[in-house]
Amino acid sequence: MGQGLEPDDGLATRDAVSDRVAAVSDALVEIRGLSFRRGERVIFENLDLDIRRGAVTAVMGPSGTGKTTLLKLITGQLHPDAGTILVDGRDVTRLDTAELYRLRRRMGMLFQSGALLTDLSVFDNVAYPLREHTNLSASMVRKLVLLKLEAVGLRGARDLMPSQLSGGMARRVALARAIALDPMMILYDEPFTGQDPISMGMLMALIRQLNDASGLTSILVSHDVRETASIADYLYVIFEGRVVAQGTPDALAADRSEWVRQFMDGLPDGPVHFHYPAPDLADDLLLRGDR
Amino acid sequence: MLDPLVRLGRGVLDALERLGRGHLLLLAILLGLGEVLRRPRLLWEQLFNIGVLSLLIVGVSGLFVGMVLALQGYYVLSQFGAAESLGVMVAASLVRELGPVVTALLVAGRAGSALTAEIGLMKATEQLSGLEMMAVDPVRRILVPRFVGGVLAMPLLAAIFSAVGVLGGYFVGVGLLGVDEGAYWSQMQAKIDFDEDLVNGVIKSLAFGVVVTWIALFQGYDTVPTSEGVSRSTTRAVVHAALVVLGLDFVLTALMFGD
Repeated sequence: MGQGLEPDDGLATRDAVSDRVAAVSDALVEIRGLSFRRGERVIFENLDLDIRRGAVTAVMGPSGTGKTTLLKLITGQLHPDAGTILVDGRDVTRLDTAELYRLRRRMGMLFQSGALLTDLSVFDNVAYPLREHTNLSASMVRKLVLLKLEAVGLRGARDLMPSQLSGGMARRVALARAIALDPMMILYDEPFTGQDPISMGMLMALIRQLNDASGLTSILVSHDVRETASIADYLYVIFEGRVVAQGTPDALAADRSEWVRQFMDGLPDGPVHFHYPAPDLADDLLLRGDR
Repeated sequence: MLDPLVRLGRGVLDALERLGRGHLLLLAILLGLGEVLRRPRLLWEQLFNIGVLSLLIVGVSGLFVGMVLALQGYYVLSQFGAAESLGVMVAASLVRELGPVVTALLVAGRAGSALTAEIGLMKATEQLSGLEMMAVDPVRRILVPRFVGGVLAMPLLAAIFSAVGVLGGYFVGVGLLGVDEGAYWSQMQAKIDFDEDLVNGVIKSLAFGVVVTWIALFQGYDTVPTSEGVSRSTTRAVVHAALVVLGLDFVLTALMFGD
């Protein structure tokens, strides 16, 4: 159930407590006291967050709140200023490059752009991690690639180049590549951005099905509230460097706190202001100058 | 009043920081050189992209530079009755100086800019991050083969530039201006020294190959991942490479030929 900005808002029920206890005891990713800055700007300040094994956990929040940064911190592409990030019991902030690469073989990541290698065909893109990290024969690689492409519905597109794919198809190919080594966890960075309704539906179904059929753990970063809430088991909403709400989709739908309502219902004004901070309009208009 | 000083200080610090990042990248590339032995196919691809695809511009430039050298050289030498030495003058100028330098400038413009744009776009489209997430080191997999390809292609291209230039000088000197054919070739054979001229020219080319490819790769790898950032990096790669090649050429020439 939901936990809004104010802990005493009456929503912290027994279910919420049991949810959180379960999350902590069975977490694949445990983030504690995470702080991260870019220059003077604080991205995260003492953030705590758990990702439960086998679940689809979504991290939501307005643009620019550091959702993608959080994924990069979990995968060790960025280093925090403080705090620990345990992935399957190992602190990624303390791993050397070789250990980090070993851990990444057990993770898949779907980038916002797909990140397919543009000089390789669809088949070769999906085969890439298999050829890099296994000694499988060419015929076995072929079988595995075709199975992965079948899972995302693009076996027939194996000979196409990335430039010949639509945005949705590119993301599905990237998803096939992400699951090529049968990872324990997949991280999705804004998978629905810029997708038409059909592609979006396909991606939503794939994320849920792959998670359940393969026993994966999925972390989904998005600001598409309805789509994300419909497939996620647990939601975190982050803003200004901290978790401002968390719970099951039903719990957050029932949460009455002002901030959660503005985000979940897409209200144009509220705790997040419509106007960027600026001096008074009348004063600004009376000032001389060309800017 | 202090603003210009602050800006100057910040600019110097930024430049030093970039220089440091560039050297760290070069170190990472050098530590990963073994990758081309494990995957020679990656090297052949880059030798083709950097070397073979630069052949046309290098060959045509070499031909015209040799022809112009012969025209200008004949004019000066004939005033001292030394027109028979035209072959030596053309060959020495090309092998010692113009071959390595002009080839490096041409490669910086054609292949260097392409390398920067390619790596920069790979960064902008998250392909480099994608490789990292697949536990593949982009420095070893992407940068090392391009670096080795650039370093090996440079002396080969410079040799072709010089050879075509000598032929261009022959066409103009012997064919048009009437210099004795035997004197053109025999004086060249007698006076051009293997160690003094050819080996030094190859050393220059290798040095230029290192700096041109390194600068191109670093500018791409360090780019701001936007269209404007890639555009700026591509321009910077060509300008920086040209300036460094010219400066380094002076230093190397002074070390090799200055008594």
